[in-house]
Amino acid sequence: MARGLAFLVVTALLASASPWVLRLAVDDLTLTLTRQKLWTYALAIVALVAGEGLFRYGTRMTLIGVSREIEYELREDIFRHLCRLAPAYYHTHRIGDLMSRATNDLAAVRMVLGPGIMYSANTAATFVTALALMAAISPRLLAASLLPLLAVAWLVRRFGRSIHDRSEQVQAQLAHLSALVQENLAGARVVRAYVQEAAEQGHFQTANEEYMHRSRRLIVLVGGLQPMIITMLSLGAVLVLWLGGRMVAAHAITLGGFVAFTVYLGMLHWPTIAIGWVTNIVERGEASMGRCLELLDAPVGIADSSAAPVSEVQGAVEFRGLSFAYAGGPVVLQGIDLSVPAGTSVAVVGPTGSGKSTLVGLLPRLHDPAPASLFIDGHDVRDLPLTTLRRSIGYVPQEAFLFSNTLRANIAFGVLDPPAELGRVEWSAEAAQLAGDVREFPDGYETPIGERGITLSGGQKQRAALARALVRDPRILILDDALAAVDAQTEERILANLKALALGRTTFIVSHRVSAVRWADLIVVLRAGRIVERGRHDELILAGGYYADLHRRQLLEEEMAEA
Amino acid sequence: MSAARPDDDPTGHSYDWALLRRLLVYLRPYRGAVALSFLLIIVLSGLDLTGPYLTKIAIDRHIAHGNLAGLTPLALLFVGVLCVAFVVRFGQAYVLQMTGQRVMRDMRGQIFGHLQRLHVGYFDRNPVGRLVTRATTDVDAINELFTSGLVTVFGDLFSLFGIMAVMLAMNVRLALVTFSVIPFFFAVTIWFRRGARTSFREVRRWLARISAFLQEHLSGMSVVQLFGREESTQADFAAVNRGHADSNLQQIFFYAVFYPAIELLAAIAIALILVYGGGRVFVGALTIGALVAFLQYSERFWRPISDLSEKFNVLQAAMAAAERIFLLLDTRPQIESVSSPRRLPETSAPLLFEDVSFAYDGSYDVLRQVSFSLEPGRTLAFVGATGAGKTTIISLLTRFYDVTRGRITYDGVDLRDLDLAAWRSSLAIVLQDPHLFSGTIASNIRLGSDISDERVRAAAAAVHADSFIRTLPHGYETEVMERGATLSVGQKQLIAFARAMAHDPRILVLDEATSSIDTETEALIQDALRVLRHGRSAIVIAHRLSTIRDADEILVLHKGRIRERGRHEELLAQHGLYWRLYQLQYQDQEHGVAGAAVASAGPV
Repeated sequence: MARGLAFLVVTALLASASPWVLRLAVDDLTLTLTRQKLWTYALAIVALVAGEGLFRYGTRMTLIGVSREIEYELREDIFRHLCRLAPAYYHTHRIGDLMSRATNDLAAVRMVLGPGIMYSANTAATFVTALALMAAISPRLLAASLLPLLAVAWLVRRFGRSIHDRSEQVQAQLAHLSALVQENLAGARVVRAYVQEAAEQGHFQTANEEYMHRSRRLIVLVGGLQPMIITMLSLGAVLVLWLGGRMVAAHAITLGGFVAFTVYLGMLHWPTIAIGWVTNIVERGEASMGRCLELLDAPVGIADSSAAPVSEVQGAVEFRGLSFAYAGGPVVLQGIDLSVPAGTSVAVVGPTGSGKSTLVGLLPRLHDPAPASLFIDGHDVRDLPLTTLRRSIGYVPQEAFLFSNTLRANIAFGVLDPPAELGRVEWSAEAAQLAGDVREFPDGYETPIGERGITLSGGQKQRAALARALVRDPRILILDDALAAVDAQTEERILANLKALALGRTTFIVSHRVSAVRWADLIVVLRAGRIVERGRHDELILAGGYYADLHRRQLLEEEMAEA
Repeated sequence: MSAARPDDDPTGHSYDWALLRRLLVYLRPYRGAVALSFLLIIVLSGLDLTGPYLTKIAIDRHIAHGNLAGLTPLALLFVGVLCVAFVVRFGQAYVLQMTGQRVMRDMRGQIFGHLQRLHVGYFDRNPVGRLVTRATTDVDAINELFTSGLVTVFGDLFSLFGIMAVMLAMNVRLALVTFSVIPFFFAVTIWFRRGARTSFREVRRWLARISAFLQEHLSGMSVVQLFGREESTQADFAAVNRGHADSNLQQIFFYAVFYPAIELLAAIAIALILVYGGGRVFVGALTIGALVAFLQYSERFWRPISDLSEKFNVLQAAMAAAERIFLLLDTRPQIESVSSPRRLPETSAPLLFEDVSFAYDGSYDVLRQVSFSLEPGRTLAFVGATGAGKTTIISLLTRFYDVTRGRITYDGVDLRDLDLAAWRSSLAIVLQDPHLFSGTIASNIRLGSDISDERVRAAAAAVHADSFIRTLPHGYETEVMERGATLSVGQKQLIAFARAMAHDPRILVLDEATSSIDTETEALIQDALRVLRHGRSAIVIAHRLSTIRDADEILVLHKGRIRERGRHEELLAQHGLYWRLYQLQYQDQEHGVAGAAVASAGPV
């Protein structure tokens, strides 16, 4: 940074020197001139400008380069923090907004740190050197020529802000136009059915005209500002021509001094415009920096507390009178008492919104239960080291989220240290009934999936997510409605396998399908956050409650499908 | 033009000229403004040339000889020229930009109008987001062509040649000496444009990667955390972030070299003018004023040269956008009125489906030889499992699609021979998920039709929507937020009913919502339905027991065929498909058990 600024000062000094040479040259033209002198002057100018260019190159590379490095560091910090924030944070913040902070806002901050600083310093250095030399030529001429410059700085500042405001208005209207088209196309059937095409067109045309109207307001400003700047600066030049001309005639200054003066004046044009420009980007940068800091200052939420010295989890789970509500929301779970011995399986069924996912999400501390309400191996789950806890859980979420990477990387995502070998990946895929599909993929396990690769079906995604959990060989396996998109026959095979896999693991299965849960050691029915039925399959069928009803309904559905 | 195309674009369209010609058609209504803008830019280039020349005169005639008498008028003339230039510059920018805006408005209107004529099936295959882009971003790209493209290219060339002409006029030999730097200006500029463009693309690529990475990993952050991958994910991000930073550093290089290089060339021009011109001054072949003017002109070379080289990029982007837009405009609507349509009968008439089969993709039949008739004033109900083809019947009736085989007739006339707008006007459809537009409650009932406030209120009152609408903050003038996110499904349904009622159709077409609705609203909806059906023919895709009970005929669709038909009691007695469906879907409502199975039946 300091080096960059030093470069900049040298640049400004060298830049100010070449018009001085021009001054000497022009003066000599009117007095005594030799061809040799001319060559000397010409070469001096070229040499000075070459030197200036070298330092200007150094300035830009250093100062802008530094700003890019700072941007890099800041973005690293932001992402590191994002990695630590608990899921609750992501529920209350839109991803688009977070992304905009990590990209657009950061870019605005970078503009201040890079071009902002560079042009401010450039303006300062150029003004100091050029003004000093101009004053040396004629203080009176200098005083006269400063007026238009001040006017230009003011114009850029004043108009720059309005232009920014008006262009935001234009952008907002463009967004509105997009929304109109979007809405019209989404409602295409209603539009056609009610013969509203002409009315819709009229509607669109109104917004379309409004867009043009707003653009006109912007065009008037942008179209006006540039000519105003050019005219102002040119007026300055005329003023110098008129006043300076008189001074030359009166022999107060030399013709060379006069020519050099106009060149110096020209040198000040861009730094002057930059004054207004920089103040605007600093203003925007401040607002953006505030948004970035807000993100960096967000409390992490779920982290290790006074961690109990536990390095291994056995898998005995106990809920003791657990109640839970998301921040500021209604109660989702109430008075849950449930004891699950290590190595047994529990199935959770119940209508949508009854709290099933919340219940199992508490285990890996996706959200934190109240103290002393959830225990694993007798320890309050909040006291277990987070890494130990999560390492011992294989979680298959409702929405099978996979990354755009190879299938192998996605399955091996489950273990990091040491990385999973191919054999282990294949074994998990086999267990999740995915191996058959993989043989059909162009590059087997190395096939990229997602946007730049093949698209997996919902069922394939869920099986891949299951494999990803199995590869960890977890003590606690959690399937959160994880097989809903898998067809019945495949599910049947997975379950047959799972019974073997679940042996020795504590298993939680959330499902809507009776066929997926009938084999569990314990089935609990959740309704409105409470456990309303519990028992084995046969017991619950006999009890004739929600579970029995669900069972009967699914038998009918199967019959329908076969009809 | 095609010769100057950057070589990293290998596609090389041979029809650029055809596209350009088609684009120019849009300028025809504004040819006066375009001509004016050309004229102004010529005048402007001329005015811009006068500055250095006036300086020359000032130095030679007045300043160098101490003859101050004429200096003030000359300065005033200069100021006058500047004022005129200001007006012309502003006028030129305004006229040109506004013409661009008008052309964009016309194009947008045309694209939107075309989208209104296209058949519904087109939107099944073309994502809405992409079509929105046609009417917005693509049109903007073309605007660039009009505003900073054609006219300014002309202006740039004109000022470049203008400068050269004036220099030649002042002193041919010195002019030629000065021109020797022009090729270098071009070379440096082209080098810069190429490098900057490539590195700019690289920067954009990396930025897109950062966005994609963030989008993906923020969405899947809980997976990252569950599997303890925070650190390795940070390392992956660092790699993308580094790539972005490096590509930016690469880009800085081009800028860091370009500006000093241009300055150096300008300095060389000055040196040449000094050495050669100075010598001429010494021998009296050149005035000092002319030398100063030369110095000033030589500084003005590089702007038009640099601008020119940028224009080709703009042109490329505009051509690509134009191609996409014209492709859309050239898509012919598949469902239109015949040229001389038959008139709709004055009174209600029977509607007949005759052996209708339909396939969306031309291969798999969703409906197979479906036949039924709807007599005026009667209600038909369709039931069936998800995917049985119920919704397709509505789509054919409204002519969102045309039948693949068989025919649908109204009063004995094939629907395809009726006037499309007149036919659709005689229907009113209520869809499963009632689509609300942004606007007020009243405008959602009225849509764009000419319906008085009284009729809007009367319609709402008839379907029991009036009472809840009145409780809204601004009653009928309440703005509907984000497609009715603040309204319940039941309320949206009632608004859709009011919409149908206000349009007073001959045939009511209703696809009942499957989602569970609170019992109170449910009762209102059922009563509203009775009012709506009164004196009209109705086709109902039923999910509600009470709707089916009093239907004149119930048709059971299964896998595209009508498998059972009859009244409620008759069908129940058969113990067939209807009976099972009834057990599955409708029993809950009778027992008041809102169940997951109803929701899982889902929209078709």
